[in-house]
Amino acid sequence: MPPKRQIRVGSQWMYARDAQRALEEAIRVAEEERGQHEHHVPFLRKYVFSTDHKWIGIQYAITALTFLLLGFSMMLIMRWQLAFPGRSMMDIPLIGSLLVKFLGAANAPGGVMLPEFYNQLGAMHGTVMVFLAIVPLAVGAFGNYVVPLQIGAPDMAFPKLNMMSYWMYLPGGLIMLSSFFIPGGAANSGWTSYPPLSVIATDGQTVWILGMVLLITSSLLGSVNFIVTIFQLRAKGLTFMRMPFFVWAQLVTSFLLLLAFPPLEAAAILQFMDRVAGTSFFMPSGLVVSGTPLANAGGGNPLLWQHLFWFLAHPEVYVLILPGMGIIAEVIANNTRKPLWGYKSLVGAGVFLGFMSFVVWAHHMFMTGMGTVISAFFQTTTMIISIPSVVILTALIISLWGASIRFTVPMLFALAFLPMFGIGGLTGLPLGLAASDIHLHDTYYVIGHFHYVVAPGTIFAMFAGIYYWFPKATGRLMNEKLGKLHFWASLIFINGVFSPMFLQGLMGVSRRLYDGGAQYAHAKPVLHTNVFISASAWLLLLAQVPFIVNFFYSMFKGKRAGANHWNATTIEWAATTSPPLGHGNFVHMPVVYRGPYEYSVPGYDAADFLPQTIPDSEPLTPTEAGGGMLAAGAVAQKEL
Amino acid sequence: MTAHVDLHAVPGHDAHHEIEIPYTVHPRPDTGVYNGKLGIWLFLASEVMLFGALFSTLILLRTSSNHWPRGWEELNIPLATLNTFILIGSSVTVILAWANLRLGQLKKAKIFLALTLLCGLGFMIIKSIEYASKFQHHHYPSTNNFFATYFVMTGLHGLHVLGGMIVFAYLLLTADKWYAKHRDQFTNRVEVTGLYWHFVDLVWIFLFPTLYLL
Repeated sequence: MPPKRQIRVGSQWMYARDAQRALEEAIRVAEEERGQHEHHVPFLRKYVFSTDHKWIGIQYAITALTFLLLGFSMMLIMRWQLAFPGRSMMDIPLIGSLLVKFLGAANAPGGVMLPEFYNQLGAMHGTVMVFLAIVPLAVGAFGNYVVPLQIGAPDMAFPKLNMMSYWMYLPGGLIMLSSFFIPGGAANSGWTSYPPLSVIATDGQTVWILGMVLLITSSLLGSVNFIVTIFQLRAKGLTFMRMPFFVWAQLVTSFLLLLAFPPLEAAAILQFMDRVAGTSFFMPSGLVVSGTPLANAGGGNPLLWQHLFWFLAHPEVYVLILPGMGIIAEVIANNTRKPLWGYKSLVGAGVFLGFMSFVVWAHHMFMTGMGTVISAFFQTTTMIISIPSVVILTALIISLWGASIRFTVPMLFALAFLPMFGIGGLTGLPLGLAASDIHLHDTYYVIGHFHYVVAPGTIFAMFAGIYYWFPKATGRLMNEKLGKLHFWASLIFINGVFSPMFLQGLMGVSRRLYDGGAQYAHAKPVLHTNVFISASAWLLLLAQVPFIVNFFYSMFKGKRAGANHWNATTIEWAATTSPPLGHGNFVHMPVVYRGPYEYSVPGYDAADFLPQTIPDSEPLTPTEAGGGMLAAGAVAQKEL
Repeated sequence: MTAHVDLHAVPGHDAHHEIEIPYTVHPRPDTGVYNGKLGIWLFLASEVMLFGALFSTLILLRTSSNHWPRGWEELNIPLATLNTFILIGSSVTVILAWANLRLGQLKKAKIFLALTLLCGLGFMIIKSIEYASKFQHHHYPSTNNFFATYFVMTGLHGLHVLGGMIVFAYLLLTADKWYAKHRDQFTNRVEVTGLYWHFVDLVWIFLFPTLYLL
């Protein structure tokens, strides 16, 4: 179909498509010229202590993905013990003897892991996954790479703080991991570190606290930076209600990090004092450990820790999910080729979700005997917070209605996210009600519930994001076939891992058992599912091989991608392919003329997408449907 | 087809120059603030949450405790009162430093910055006298939860004072260079540090009655 519309470029009229090609060519030439003038940036400055948000984003991505694999591996080792309690890991085919040698006789004498080591792996799996893998990936990586591009900014508002944020995160993570090598091993009181257990635990817990303080500082620097960047560096014309939903999600997330993390920092300081200076903030009077009364002053309150911890950790749940929702919204709009349904509701729900997330924390504590009044309050707020989540999910599902969907790899992950997150969310309702929580609390049901939210929920969203923005970051495409293999295998096995856990939990199997429940009569009927779960988990690891291969192969050898490979509307696609490091992002500072999801605009026949940065100067014939859009554009131009 | 796209507006890119981030010095018209000012306010919001958590801890421990000493039974009120006035005074001097910079009076501004720094130093010296006398009486954080909260809260506040002093010292040492290079930016730096300093002052104004007088 020949292009019909003409636009004015400088003093000339030309077809939109020609203009686009010419602009791309001009940008390429400008890039080349710029490359010739480029001065040598020292290696350390460019690749290690970089202040460029794009490279910092990539640093975050690679580090966080490594931690993700590491946290996953810890669980894979634990799953052997759960599936075959007491059986030597020497029996594992191929890697058995190597693994046993790696773990050493101190942790797994004769190839059977010690209960203490199992506890260390459990605590570190949770910590690594939440604080070192998912949040840095969702916020540090995607936030850093995409947000400044999507709002048309040259970089983050504080590039040096941005660098510092990464360089707090990496040492924080390494310090935390180093605790495996000190006497007594790593922290072993669960990722929640409940006192008094955590206060009398081995030295690994102190290292855990030090690591957490670095991570908290890192996310504090990051969140201030994101909020200032989004408020201050939005391109001309990019009003708040024209921001992509992803940017909104990152903005709300940053506020959550900013305001929820400090109480955990306070709690970490207090626990540190309890452990090192002998205070009793969390230590009640009259504690007897192994037959010996503790020498501390007493009078403290273990519940205080739980309040401070969950005051962070509940907003943290939304830190985990909101950026994921943002990515899914971008991918769905792009692959349905139509505007998101209910953009305003999405934004409203996201902001409301952020507010509500600060008043639901004690639904993690129904079993602590807080009293029925407090329980009633928190179960009410918990039911209320489910509403915005449902609004967001519903809007995303309705967005699919009547679309001619492009089943690209990112879209497959996005489509899978919807029901998977749905399962995770709906199974949370019985946990939010005090009465049913009494039965389900601390069982595998809980594990199943939040892993459905985070693993096939957030992690699938992260995969969608990686496949979606890979061409922008590297200039190359990821392989479609390997991507589909990765998707289908992951989808099948991840359900194999988590769905039987609901069954186990409903039978009352506790989540913290070293033998997976073998010594409990009530667990007998569901004990066999442990083998199935473990097998699924190991196969899930295999399912990641195509992704890892694809990631590195495509980075160097993938098919080259254009600047706007997906024909998307948002501003990051107006930058060049793989914008060069150490420079501003855009050849021209972009100016924004419309909302983020102008796909298949009626009356605009040149293409099925109308980027935010293309001026309205083009003489469109206002059709009945397009009139509104044009009028809006005209008003917008006046505002500028 | 000859496509002519006007590209003369491409700014000269040079690796020696930092990327120009907008609104680092002058306020963005629609938000009314420059980046650093918004940044410090957000940082202070997180600090409110940090100290808020500690105050909540104090309230919870105290209300659930059978015996909680009165602040004036254990702590030195005259010294703390003196410290309160020193900190309030330093909040005034930091404002005067900023105001003088706005008026172009670098010399005066430097004097007021130095006074602020001295006030901070005075506060820390008095605080350490207080701490030393506590230790002399064998009152440590581990003694009981009253002293635990006292030491943690005043200790963390003290670290904040120390942090502010380091920044003031840095501002003083680099004042001439920065003022000559970029006057507005230097003025902003003093303003932003001043905002932080007021917050540190404010925390003490809450700490003093809560710990000493109640």
